[in-house]
Amino acid sequence: MTDTTLPAPTRRLPSMAVLGPLLALIVLIVIGALMNPNFLSGANITNVLARSAFIGIIAVGMTFVITAGGLDLSVGSMAAFIAGLMILVMNAALPSMGVGVPIILLGMAVALLAGTLAGMLNGFLITTLGIEAFIVTLGSMGIYRSLITWLANGGTLSLGFELRTFYRPVYFDGVLGVSWPIIVFALVVIIGEIIMTRTAFGRHCAATGSNEHVAHYSNVNVNRTRLLTYAALGMLVGVATIMYVPRLGSASASTGVLWELEAIAAVIIGGTVLKGGFGRVWGTVIGVLILSLIDNILNLTDFVSPYLNGAIQGVIIILAVILQRERKAAQ
Amino acid sequence: MSVPVLSLEAVGKSFGPVKVLHEIDLALRAGEVHALIGENGAGKSTTMKILAGYQPASTGRLLLDGKETRFASLHEGEAAGIVMIHQEFNLAEQLTVEQNIFLGRELKRGPLLDKARMRSLTRRYLEHVKCRVAPDALVSSLSNSEKQMVEIAKALSRNARVLIMDEPTAVLTNRETEVLLEQVRALKEQGTAILFTSHKLDEVAAISDVVTIMRDGHVVHAGPTSETDEDGMAKAMVGRDVSDLYPAKGRGPATDTVLSVRGLTVPGFAQDASFDLKAGEILGLGGLIGAGRTELMEGLAGLRPATADQITLFGEIVTIKTPSDAQRRGLCYLTEDRKLRGLLLNWGMRENLTLQTLFKFGGRFIDRRAEDAALDNAIREFGIRAGSRDVKVGNLSGGNQQKLLLAKVMLSEPRILIADEPTRGIDIGTKQQIYVFLRQLTAKGFAVIVISSEMPELMGLADRIIVMRSGQLAGELSGDEITEDAIVRLSMGLSATQSAGIHLAGAS
Repeated sequence: MTDTTLPAPTRRLPSMAVLGPLLALIVLIVIGALMNPNFLSGANITNVLARSAFIGIIAVGMTFVITAGGLDLSVGSMAAFIAGLMILVMNAALPSMGVGVPIILLGMAVALLAGTLAGMLNGFLITTLGIEAFIVTLGSMGIYRSLITWLANGGTLSLGFELRTFYRPVYFDGVLGVSWPIIVFALVVIIGEIIMTRTAFGRHCAATGSNEHVAHYSNVNVNRTRLLTYAALGMLVGVATIMYVPRLGSASASTGVLWELEAIAAVIIGGTVLKGGFGRVWGTVIGVLILSLIDNILNLTDFVSPYLNGAIQGVIIILAVILQRERKAAQ
Repeated sequence: MSVPVLSLEAVGKSFGPVKVLHEIDLALRAGEVHALIGENGAGKSTTMKILAGYQPASTGRLLLDGKETRFASLHEGEAAGIVMIHQEFNLAEQLTVEQNIFLGRELKRGPLLDKARMRSLTRRYLEHVKCRVAPDALVSSLSNSEKQMVEIAKALSRNARVLIMDEPTAVLTNRETEVLLEQVRALKEQGTAILFTSHKLDEVAAISDVVTIMRDGHVVHAGPTSETDEDGMAKAMVGRDVSDLYPAKGRGPATDTVLSVRGLTVPGFAQDASFDLKAGEILGLGGLIGAGRTELMEGLAGLRPATADQITLFGEIVTIKTPSDAQRRGLCYLTEDRKLRGLLLNWGMRENLTLQTLFKFGGRFIDRRAEDAALDNAIREFGIRAGSRDVKVGNLSGGNQQKLLLAKVMLSEPRILIADEPTRGIDIGTKQQIYVFLRQLTAKGFAVIVISSEMPELMGLADRIIVMRSGQLAGELSGDEITEDAIVRLSMGLSATQSAGIHLAGAS
């Protein structure tokens, strides 16, 4: 053949789709700092990050599910159900095990196991039985929400008082002033980012979401890949619940309401393509931070009513998708 | 001579710094069939897009009825009577024929659709192209040739004066092609100007009045078709002689059987197929499109559910349930559909190349440097031509996509390669490269199965041919028995020759 040497890969400036969410985050921080001097205080930052952690941990899992071409609407209800289950099991074990580290570990194991199983069930119905992800998870969303309401008998499930006191530090304490939820969130993000960009599994997720036929013909086990994303998301819902339960020590029918939408919104704002094929874990982190900063700023200032929080988040989500489309058009 | 309906004068086109068309002159006249040929990447598609108003020219003039014009969009082109039919059909699969034909300009009576009139008009257009599908048939239920006809009917309904067809016969069987060519002749007689591209030079010779040959963005030949023959065309396209398109065949009957298939059934597609494959041979699999060839081989490679009495691979009885099983055992399938099954078009070359063999690139983490090295190798070994390494695979020409796909499959180092339509829709120069490559594989003692609908390819390449018909193996031909006549007879359900003397596979 003729000349086959190619120029080396060129380093270009990242596109607007990459920079957009980052710029939006910086703008929000500047606005926050100008409006309220307390905004940049350690206490406030810790508060924002810790509250972001639940949605954030779930959103990292959601990034994988969406990248592989799926969707999971059930995570909010699932979190409530797992929280309820965890509380029930720990309360039931209290007489025999007493207050101590083992019972906490038991609760954590229950949460992780229940989350993984719930995720696998979603994944099984979607992949092996071939039912639309939207329908399966819409169904399981209703089922878990109803189960927690039933378990709590319409009210609230609470951890025993001593247990609650013993478990509280998992949310409120930390290492070197960084609270545990933030540490766990950071770990989940780092591991997620590495898996997404550096491992075969991450690339198989993107290939599956991009075109499952090509993935299949490239010997990627499409069903297994999808199933694993749902199982991982379920497990991360379990992790989030482990961090969440000590905060209030209770679970009710209103626990985790709309978490699924916040998680999906964070993923989309971060630049992951809703139709699948491309995912960015660190983008999701930025998405989560943007959403909770808006909430935080509205609460700290009286410039705009906090009641308008949802409206502003909505505008941001739509803007993010428009940015994605511009990038597509540019190609 | 009459004024051309549509013509290009010294048209150039650049994408950024890359100049893809240089000073193109081309004139389409009423009642004339114009063939535009050239290798992939020669600039045919861009030329057609400029003619149809999909893209503006960078330099030069576009003339409509002798007057300079500029189409702001393809809608303006269509309004002027210029209709382009794409290689990938532009039909909504879930709508009916009638809904497709009137899509976007539905006839109305008041606020409601005038279905009766649309139906009768649709029927008339379809009759016009002698297409016998019902106006209310779903497009998804039509065959490729019927879809092609619907596209032409749609063009007619828009009063096309100029019809531009991008490789209209690439996905058609011989019989379907004949029907299409008949229609092209009829349209020509009615005064439509027609431009088409094709890689099948016999078609070009048979139907076109004028031929324009492009190479590397230049017009290298233009003139009446009668003044050139097929060899001349091929030579002008490639810029060199291609008389020896097919490499010399193998060294004669090999002995080692590397693959032995007994009673392979792919439910719904192929029943009870038995055949052997020997080291160092290219086995051709012929038959009509839809005979189940692709499905049979996909079943063998674990890509779709299949059952078999026994499969022996390199002397070992094996069960292949997934494509990974097959890959581990050295059996690989190269898909016929590089765009929908072979490559991720919105990804780069590196990620596409290694997708099937990621396990080879690092243990726990992907080794990007090793991937880049593999891409360098593939580019060199297969002669992939791309503007830059970062280019999205969808922007490569068909031939380069095919080479990349071949490189991707070869990374798993198959000892048996099943190549399904390995040269569909690619230029003659690349075809030749691929033929040479396949023959080199067999020279190393590997075995190759080639599925092809192109008769000359099958006969030129294969040492032995098995023919499939309606899900069954209809017969086997080797050596002097391999004739076009015999293959056609077997695909049609007749015996290979009038007298007996064929070996029926599966008779044992």
